[in-house]
Amino acid sequence: MRRIGPFLIEKDLVAPPGRVLAVSTAALVLAFLAAGLVFWAYGVSPWAAYRTIFSETLLSPSGFAEGVRRAIPLLLAGVGLVLAFRGQFWNIGAEGQLLLGAVAAAGVALFAPLPDLLKLPVMFLAGFAAGGLWAALPALLKLRLGVNDVLTTLMLNYVAVYLVEWLIHGPWRGRTAFGFAYSDRFPEAAMLPLLPGTYVHWPTLLVALLAAVTAWFVLARTVWGYPVRVTGDNPEAARYAHMPVFWVVFGVALASGGLAGLAGVGEVAGVHGRLLGAYQISLGYGYTAIIVAWLARGNPLGAVLTALFMGLVFASGDVMKIALQMPFRVTDVFNGLILFFLISTERLLYYRVRWAPARKEH
Amino acid sequence: MTEPNALLTLKDVTKRFPGVVAVDRVSLEVWPGEVHALLGENGAGKTTLVSLLYGLYPPDEGEIFWRGRPVRIRSPQEAIRLGIGLVPQHPLLVRAHTVLENLALGMPRGFLFPTRGLEDRIAELTRHYGFRFDPHAPVWQLSEGEKQRVEIVRALLQGARLLILDEPTSVLTPQEARELFKVIRRMRAEGEAVIFISHKLDEVLEVADRISVLRKGRLVGTIPREKADKAELARMMVGRQVSFERRKPPPRPGEVVLELAEVHASSDRGLPALRGVDLRVRAGEILGLAGVAGSGQRELVEVVTGLRRPERGEVRVLGRAPWSRRRPRIAHIPEDRRRQGVAGGLDLAENLILHDYARPPFARGPLLDRRAVYAFAREQIARYRIDPPDPRTPARLLSGGNLQKLILARELHGEPPLIVAVHPTYGLDVGATELVHELLIEQSRGGAAVLLVSEDLDEVLALADRVAVIQNGRIVGEVPAEAADRERIGLWMAGVEA
Repeated sequence: MRRIGPFLIEKDLVAPPGRVLAVSTAALVLAFLAAGLVFWAYGVSPWAAYRTIFSETLLSPSGFAEGVRRAIPLLLAGVGLVLAFRGQFWNIGAEGQLLLGAVAAAGVALFAPLPDLLKLPVMFLAGFAAGGLWAALPALLKLRLGVNDVLTTLMLNYVAVYLVEWLIHGPWRGRTAFGFAYSDRFPEAAMLPLLPGTYVHWPTLLVALLAAVTAWFVLARTVWGYPVRVTGDNPEAARYAHMPVFWVVFGVALASGGLAGLAGVGEVAGVHGRLLGAYQISLGYGYTAIIVAWLARGNPLGAVLTALFMGLVFASGDVMKIALQMPFRVTDVFNGLILFFLISTERLLYYRVRWAPARKEH
Repeated sequence: MTEPNALLTLKDVTKRFPGVVAVDRVSLEVWPGEVHALLGENGAGKTTLVSLLYGLYPPDEGEIFWRGRPVRIRSPQEAIRLGIGLVPQHPLLVRAHTVLENLALGMPRGFLFPTRGLEDRIAELTRHYGFRFDPHAPVWQLSEGEKQRVEIVRALLQGARLLILDEPTSVLTPQEARELFKVIRRMRAEGEAVIFISHKLDEVLEVADRISVLRKGRLVGTIPREKADKAELARMMVGRQVSFERRKPPPRPGEVVLELAEVHASSDRGLPALRGVDLRVRAGEILGLAGVAGSGQRELVEVVTGLRRPERGEVRVLGRAPWSRRRPRIAHIPEDRRRQGVAGGLDLAENLILHDYARPPFARGPLLDRRAVYAFAREQIARYRIDPPDPRTPARLLSGGNLQKLILARELHGEPPLIVAVHPTYGLDVGATELVHELLIEQSRGGAAVLLVSEDLDEVLALADRVAVIQNGRIVGEVPAEAADRERIGLWMAGVEA
């Protein structure tokens, strides 16, 4: 316990939900203030910038729909990362797993001789499998050889990026691409339907929402989720209780990679209609999904809200580019600031500040 | 008026925390050349009192006098300047640095490490007090006892006239504790004052001159060593009569439940830890395994509970390997209950189903039946009187004693034929210790085989029907408890008489 002026600061063992909300909100506000400084340095009035962003995203239907579209991959990958982090698999590789999902979907769309009705379902399955595989590799390395999963998952992102680049420059380069580096367009049957008047590929949105609810249910209410929660809370206790730690870690790795893979399927089949450059497919959704998962604080349902929030941040990047003539990459600055403030305010969750003026001492 | 010759005087010192009076109008005196024990159960206010003396926070009421003058101790630096030194329960040393560097860190001023001159003073102190450690050894190589001695030397180097030892024996083996007591007596002879904090009656009686007993923040009384006896101290501490006699019905050994033959196993570091262990425990008896820390107990326990595969040899629990899928139920009361025994973020109810979550009634198909889980929790909480009684309390908020009750409730459920209890009363207060002992005796007389692993020889002798001694990965001796002779067991433990 410490005293600063008339305030007493006390340590708590648990963080009450109200304080979690308050501290997270404060972190976001600080991030917005800091980003305002960036705007100001760029020569744009922060006040005007935020007013524009606000009216063009939250108040405009088409702007909001853009936010939802960006939230789809964030939610899929974010739910996966919530699972991974709960199971002590430190997956920083959702970006690569997403790209692998996109590659698998493109492979099926372009080359698999399937009846039209089966095209999309098989693309989703293949995307899940490819993303899962990309995560299973570092999971196996971690479980069998003790290799640090943060490093391997991160490094595999770059492998995935170059795999995509090689495919679109080499074997999968489109006959109709006229020297550009991308594949042919997907056949119509391999394209996802959109909500009328928007670019929201609703089947993926549905899958993402379903994934969030399922993940929550499995974690909280099933015999498969229970060992994940124990392992995530205390791996020593899981070992002591003879829990199948191998399958827990491997399972969450597969699920998180697979969900990121589904996000990749949605992007190519719902937005682009072809396989193109890695940085055009993803805009760093896999990295932003880490923020989504962190903000959700281990709750898959929380990821629905946080993914929407981060989706709107991306949508505001469009606004800044078009209305304010700022580079779209300002969103990266935004994301970085948000993560920075969230992590640095984490400790505050366990402190309580009380107003308690000092009594007169003799 | 305060006694002018007292080194330290507390007058009606009070400290409140939200919802609790941690220290309630405590008055006491500490004299130069005195070992003053502060005795109390966990949560009696010992640590808070020490924090007040060491300047970690100010008292809400009351006064502290140092050599007869009123003082306000605002920080540890001020405490050190006055001559108050604290040896913390868990040493606070930089692991990668040498002893000398760590000690230099605690010295006042000097921009660069003032190691020159310091070495001579350390050598002088260590010679004087009979410490043995190499000042150039990195701290990570030291045992817990050696680290504690480094902390003591640090306090002495800083000029402490009053040394506060916070639960100093909790990390020590019996032999190391004996060494510590020698040092304490030496300091007393030098005119140093020592405040010795403990909840262990025997050691307090062994080392203290006067004993102050705290209960629920209040000072129950201060009595000189000559007038104190164990039963009286325990009564003051707990507030009621405590029996030290374990009424133990005679064992009725039945079939062999646990059998180890020529078991060899390695430690986590890959070094041989068990070198041919032969051991049998029968139903209805308690086998006490005594030994110095690190003699292979951990690996033995892990092999028996199926957490570690032996390299050679046979391990059978009722004829089955303990790591096989169809092993019988083995109750395991783990060495480190907080680190191993619970998932602290999960609630009480969820921690109670750690082993049985996949079985009915808690599982119905792949679904967890939450109603059954919480009903079971309420039942066990009532039966073991776990506090707080809300099954939704996160396990990490429980006190040590209640945590152990939670673990006992879980492990003893379902009539396990084998119970492996590792330091089951370590750090527990008198009341909880009593409960653990009673439960272990009850279980064994009800037909369970109990393997009790403890470094507390008194506990082993009080509970066990047979005593085996492990030394350097081998069982070096085995005797029936009634024929056990402390000296002989001590020699076995030390590896003198192999």
